[in-house]
Amino acid sequence: MAINEQEDLLVSKPSGSTRREFLQQASALGTGLAITSSAKAKGLPVNKINFSTPGNVTVSLVVNGKNKTLDVDPRVTLLDALRENLQLMGTKKGCDRGQCGACTVLVEGRRINSCLHLAAMCEGAHVTTIEGIGGVDNLHPMQTAFLKHDAFQCGYCTPGQICSAIGLLKEGHATTDDEIRESMSGNICRCGAYQNILDAIKEVHSGI
Amino acid sequence: MDIIGQPIDRKDGKLKVTGTATYAAEFPLKNIAYGVAVVSTISKGHIENIDTSKAKALKGVLDIMTYKNAMQLHQFSSEGPGSGKFAEKDLLPLQSERIFYNGQYIAIVIAKNFETAKHAASLVKVTYNDEKPVFDINQPEAKIYQPAQALNGASPKTERGDATGALSSSAFSIQETYNTPVYHHNPMEPHATAAEWNGDELTVYDATQSVYGNRAAIAGMLGIAKEKVRVISPFIGGGFGSKGFMWGNSILAPMAAKFVGRPVRIVLDRSEQMFTLAGRRSFTIQKISLGADANGKFNSIRHDTTSETSFVDEFVETAGVATKILYDTPHLDIIQNIVRLNKGTPCPTRAPGEAPGTYALEVALDELAYKLNIDPLQLRLTNYAEKNPDDGHEWSAKYLRECYEKGAASIGWASRNQKPGNTKQGKYLIGYGMATATYPANRSKATVGLKLYQDGHAVAACGTQDIGTGTYTVMAQVLADSLGLPIDKVDIKLGDTIYPQGPNSGGSQTMATTGPAVRAAALTVKSKVIKMAIADKKSPFYGQAEEGVMVDNGKLFLKSDPSKSETYTQVLTRNKQPMIETEITTNVSTREPQKTESNPTAKDGNDKEAGSDNKQAGAKKIGASKDETKGNPFVKEDEGHDRKNMSFHSFGAHFVKVLVHPLTGTVKVEKIVSVMDVGKILNDKTAKSQIMGGAIFGIGMALMEGTVYGPTNGRIVTKDLSDYLVPVHADMPIFDVQFIDKADTNISPIGARGAGEIGITGVTAAIANAVYHATGKRIRNLPITPDKLI
Repeated sequence: MAINEQEDLLVSKPSGSTRREFLQQASALGTGLAITSSAKAKGLPVNKINFSTPGNVTVSLVVNGKNKTLDVDPRVTLLDALRENLQLMGTKKGCDRGQCGACTVLVEGRRINSCLHLAAMCEGAHVTTIEGIGGVDNLHPMQTAFLKHDAFQCGYCTPGQICSAIGLLKEGHATTDDEIRESMSGNICRCGAYQNILDAIKEVHSGI
Repeated sequence: MDIIGQPIDRKDGKLKVTGTATYAAEFPLKNIAYGVAVVSTISKGHIENIDTSKAKALKGVLDIMTYKNAMQLHQFSSEGPGSGKFAEKDLLPLQSERIFYNGQYIAIVIAKNFETAKHAASLVKVTYNDEKPVFDINQPEAKIYQPAQALNGASPKTERGDATGALSSSAFSIQETYNTPVYHHNPMEPHATAAEWNGDELTVYDATQSVYGNRAAIAGMLGIAKEKVRVISPFIGGGFGSKGFMWGNSILAPMAAKFVGRPVRIVLDRSEQMFTLAGRRSFTIQKISLGADANGKFNSIRHDTTSETSFVDEFVETAGVATKILYDTPHLDIIQNIVRLNKGTPCPTRAPGEAPGTYALEVALDELAYKLNIDPLQLRLTNYAEKNPDDGHEWSAKYLRECYEKGAASIGWASRNQKPGNTKQGKYLIGYGMATATYPANRSKATVGLKLYQDGHAVAACGTQDIGTGTYTVMAQVLADSLGLPIDKVDIKLGDTIYPQGPNSGGSQTMATTGPAVRAAALTVKSKVIKMAIADKKSPFYGQAEEGVMVDNGKLFLKSDPSKSETYTQVLTRNKQPMIETEITTNVSTREPQKTESNPTAKDGNDKEAGSDNKQAGAKKIGASKDETKGNPFVKEDEGHDRKNMSFHSFGAHFVKVLVHPLTGTVKVEKIVSVMDVGKILNDKTAKSQIMGGAIFGIGMALMEGTVYGPTNGRIVTKDLSDYLVPVHADMPIFDVQFIDKADTNISPIGARGAGEIGITGVTAAIANAVYHATGKRIRNLPITPDKLI
């Protein structure tokens, strides 16, 4: 896989912004500059950032099909917004810096590392977390396949692996074992369930 | 009905695939505050000044805990993790201004939200008085010494005959030094603790491999009664030893919660904190000498190891431990030395000792085999230990020959060309390597509470943990099998000190320890119900002998006439019993020296008081009001088994095929065949996952993992997952895991030995040996990165 493709997968475009714009926005927020003026100067979509209580921002998300409005610190990542503000603890924090994949969720159907996104930049985004993939009484076929193939041990990376696997199938370009392995390499499993994860993905892929 | 051995799906699987399994940092606590650690940036010295004013002025910061205002802790650290081993006994956190290593706790910032706490942590200004640290063994100040003892009281020195003299008189010999770097566990779940006080009672949600151990240590350090502390850990996101000893987070969260008067959660940052505050595997320098005759029969083995520890505790990576028992030799010398460095304290890492030790030993055997021009597999068979060479005891069971045979056949060992660097597959050099795996078959003490309810379902509870190994699942299988219930009618409760005391999840002992206790409890309850039925005039079994009544699928039936039957529910309903319960302890130690009556808790790592804790705060207990161990026939059958003069170890063999690119030096492991003799397999699916997981740790050790320290300051360079590489999907070979699957009836009536650690042993050597076979290059410094091959 070419590097630019990989980057493309990791960075969502919830509001149609590019990676460069995203970083600029993130940087502006992080340094606490006068956002409105600096953002205007750069031609950024300032109308998408709403300020409510001083120091906080209001963000509207569609999480697992439900509209959610959050009043959060602008430094809150999408990961922490899901976990701490929406109590959706299925999405895991493994490294908080985009290196492990435990926080993988689907935004607009594409897999992203939710720790690399600020919640404030996801205004209007459709986010699907493991809780939206399927529950214990209505498992998604990928969850069923993970269970059947023992594609996890401690279970901590598992929601991220499942979201990533579902995102991967939608991408449609991984058909061989090696391609699936390469495309799943952003999701670390320290227990080492990799072969079983591969078997689970292949089973869903082939529609068995 | 035979549920034991079936490859059933994990009982906790649905929770894990739906993200509803709850880990330490995920319990909803009202009014929770967030604690973020500030760590030292020097390696030795003391804090001259710590200025928290700017951080404290930040809106949302509740308080900042430093050595100046933190509560005074009591010295408490036991010898073993089961009884509460604080990892750094001489450095209880935030108790003084002294700095012993880079990345040491110096403050906890507590704020209303995580972002504020993290920002405030960056505003804490510290000035230090530096002293010259010793962080490298090659510094002249580094002092190497022999420790008094290693983990579990193991001796640092073993001598048999005259190894040095025998070596010089051997016809053939090799003497080489093997180096393994520092490895970090890196479980996917960072260490996390949330603490909540309710008056003088404390609840701790902790990522730990030992709820009972951490309860003892937390209570001990706080100076309060154990009964006031409840530790909860139903799921942990991987431990691999890093959550076996207790680390600072587990005590700092209760301290911080007291400090600010509300619940506090502390989660370590992956970057740096998980590398300095949560243990690691020490580096090893291993000098190995092998002396043999022309046929390869050993005359002498020497294995001399040096590893590191800190200035605040002593942990010994006993790399020679497996060398004592693996091969027959008349002369043997095992020496273990350590060096104190200004670094955090190492701790057990998956197969501590055996993992790096079998790398060095099994590569040395390969070197000797090539020198003698004999098959490396034949060399192992020539020196096969029919009895434990260390003490002369019989093995409880050993099928290592069968492991060798099956593995060799599966990889095509006999048909390879043994000449190194001589076989190609396309553009790649290909190589085959093998090595022996071994790990002790540990078993200790466990208490299990069991309730069989009138509606025909049963719940067993034990204060041990499922760290991803499958404890929930295999315990359920043992319970269902022993009680005669379908698997969906049994439930297992773990990871909470409200349950009776179970073992720490370490030393691959969990299932071998809790399984027999579950079995004895289940048989006790079954017997009670049968007795109730045969005493009941309305029962079809009235007046029958107990032995004549069987149970299957929740139904009692007469062995001689299966048409006579009734269900558990019918017996209990008629006798107006809402439930039948019991609490049973089995106490067997397979660690040498064998436990005696007068020394019942010898080295089992357990809290001295067995059984459940009736006074546990807020307890909703599972288990009978009275312990029914005494005189119990099922316990007697198990504990009474003659284990004297018997040695308990598991064995196995790894066979590996690698591809090495001749120009770039990249190594791809193509296939690993692992054949393991770990006694009876309780669940083929979870057991295979254990072995694969261990082997993958071995791939990491062999090819990519290794912590790098800055040469001038001792700070960790590879301090996150982009610099410390662990195996990912793309690194995976094809795995072929096979089991001998013969019950070891000497370890327990169930016959199962642990499988969590043996998978990592030997595999690193097998890969290194395969790389040698492919390239003719012998790499004695792990990891085998491409630069070492080109």
